Amino acid sequence: MPLAPTFTTVPVVVDDAKCIAEKGCTVCVDVCPLDVLRISDTTGKAYMAYDECWYCMPCEADCPTGAVKVNIPYLLK
Amino acid sequence: MTLDAIVDGISEVACDVLVIGGGTAGPMAALKAKQKNPKANVILLEKANVKRSGAISMGMDGLNNAVIPGYATPEQYTKEITIANDGIVNQKAVLKYAQNCYKIIEELDSYGIRFLKNENGDFAVKKVHHIGTYVLPMPNGETVKKALYRQLRRARLLISNRYMATRLLTGTDGRVAGAIAVNTRTSEFLVIKAKSVILCMGAAGRLGLPTSGYMYGTYENAANAGDGYAMAYHAGAALANLECFQINPLIKDYNGPACAYVAGPFGAYTANNEGARFIECDYWSGQMMLEFFNELQSGKGPVFLKLNHLHEDTIKEIETILHKVERPTRGLFHEGRGTDYRREMIEMHISEIGFCSGHSASGVFVDDFGRTTIPGLYAAGDMASVPHNYMLGAFTNGAIAGEDAAEYAANVDFASFDAGAVALEKERVLAPTKREDGIPPNQIEYKTRRLVNDYLQPPKVTRKYELGQTRLAEVRDDLENRMMVRNSHELMRALEAHSILDCADMAAFASLYRTESRWGLYHLRTDFPHKNDEDWFCHTLLSKKDGRMACEKRAVDPYVVPIAEDERDLYDKQRIRASA
Ligand SMILES: Cc1cc2nc3c(=O)[nH]c(=O)nc-3n(C[C@H](O)[C@H](O)[C@H](O)COP(=O)(O)OP(=O)(O)OC[C@H]3O[C@@H](n4cnc5c(N)ncnc54)[C@H](O)[C@@H]3O)c2cc1C
Ligand code: SF4
Ligand code: SF4
Repeated sequence: MPLAPTFTTVPVVVDDAKCIAEKGCTVCVDVCPLDVLRISDTTGKAYMAYDECWYCMPCEADCPTGAVKVNIPYLLK
Repeated sequence: MTLDAIVDGISEVACDVLVIGGGTAGPMAALKAKQKNPKANVILLEKANVKRSGAISMGMDGLNNAVIPGYATPEQYTKEITIANDGIVNQKAVLKYAQNCYKIIEELDSYGIRFLKNENGDFAVKKVHHIGTYVLPMPNGETVKKALYRQLRRARLLISNRYMATRLLTGTDGRVAGAIAVNTRTSEFLVIKAKSVILCMGAAGRLGLPTSGYMYGTYENAANAGDGYAMAYHAGAALANLECFQINPLIKDYNGPACAYVAGPFGAYTANNEGARFIECDYWSGQMMLEFFNELQSGKGPVFLKLNHLHEDTIKEIETILHKVERPTRGLFHEGRGTDYRREMIEMHISEIGFCSGHSASGVFVDDFGRTTIPGLYAAGDMASVPHNYMLGAFTNGAIAGEDAAEYAANVDFASFDAGAVALEKERVLAPTKREDGIPPNQIEYKTRRLVNDYLQPPKVTRKYELGQTRLAEVRDDLENRMMVRNSHELMRALEAHSILDCADMAAFASLYRTESRWGLYHLRTDFPHKNDEDWFCHTLLSKKDGRMACEKRAVDPYVVPIAEDERDLYDKQRIRASA
């Protein structure tokens, strides 16, 4: 069957101004139990790559600069 | 560079003890195996990252089942769990837990995890269960994962993060021989030869679909997809009482615990739409869940957690606990909804179904040492069959299994296995990466779980179950022949879809086998509405025989703690009498 991309909102927001991924930080990517965060090739910052969040919060709690904000996913908010 | 590109590669390692799953039971099992035999090579394999994985990734607010001298005895606890689980328990395993858990509390205390004490310096244990007193708050519960991790580092254990185990290797002599794992970011294979293996992969938490439709909005840590249950099954181990589902009372949509265990001792309770209590006891049992379900169905639903009669200071105290550990986004959820404990009652609902012995009784069959029916293979925590085991059960039974597995490994050599097994598994795992066109794993998973809700969720109706099995077989055909992935992350989800479908099939098969009703809502069969002790006072064991699913009865071992005739049905009387 042909595939189509579908828009979806993701709950985790990273403040690019605060994120220090370019200095080698990958803490949020490392700790996420669902492995849904990545460092973007284009911006060099952390972002939510997959819409599969358990809204558990290690990413926000462990980020050294307070750049991560976990929101409640739209479907259950 | 493509995101999570698929890399071709395979490496092999060997160890004495392999622990799979680094959540709660796993770290303790690995630690104890190493302490038992410091010369042993112990590997801890984890799909996520041990630092923040599992049910306790953000900590826990308390121990739900602490047997503390002066408050309860191991015999009392064993009796309570026997009654709460409708008599179908291996009491020896429950008693062993109860006798050993205090030692583990002291050990956790030595790691820096604090437990609530009263002004006399005694543990401040709270009553939540029907009969005894076992709930012990953890004032710095958010530190539990960090404290554990420090111990693992100190013991110099080998930790392999981001490796998802997919199958066990079994030796030609029937012993366990190791496991196969896949890197979740590169798809590279790791073959681990081991003398003993301990499965600590948590509950099957992605079986039913949350009513929000959001696949990851589960009660359980959504990384726990039931891989452990599926692996044990395919290796030929027996799984016990899978028809005794896990169903929990939760905050509607948020799907986190409400949590009456924390708020109950402060005076909060579960109420109907009139604000009235309708259950005697908020402890999660199948019988309690049935009353919860009945109330939801009646004109008196929805069901709520009621706190708005409590004093401001009390509410503040409850909030600091509930919004800091366990599921700390809870405060955010209430904020978004504009709900406030002070003003209104909090709407609750029942969770999707799952397998979990941590809260219920569905797990890989183990004895009092955590040994499964396969020599050298152990299981502990939510996926092992010791009922109502919770966090302290995962720690304690992880420790027991770890020590026994180290001893076992010291006395045997590696089991030899058929090298073809690795090639076969590689082919199975990579099949969805070879297709140019097909169905993505998220659709396979959604459909499986939607069918679970439509056909397998209690009350269990035989005709619905049969329809469900037919539909699930159609999904299996798609999964095996048409599922397609584009990168390593999607491959992990595809492998989880396999586990979820296996668990759905097992849930249906085990439920149809037991032709009675038991465990309240967990196994409520409309065609067989009564408990039938004459024919069904037994465990059911499901296993793979000649490539197919089979079930058999297994007698409940004679009780070591006797239960008097008039105590047996104490948990059956959950509904508050009308006059009360
Ligand atoms: C929201 C919530 C609240 C709870 N509250 C309490 C409480 O207040 N008190 C209490 O006593 N108990 C509580 N419990 C229960 C308790 O937390 C669990 O019983 C216990 O933590 C289970 O431990 P476990 O080791 O079996 O599973 P987990 O801690 O979940 O660990 C399983 C691990 O296996 C890993 N894994 C899964 N699949 C694979 C694979 N294929 N390969 C490699 N690794 C894999 C996972 O990533 C995870 O790290 C709660 C549970 C939940 C979910
Ligand atoms: S932890 Fe914070 S600083 Fe580090 S990569 Fe993530 S968002 Fe950036
Ligand atoms: S909230 Fe949890 S699942 Fe979601 S991105 Fe953060 S760590 Fe990952």
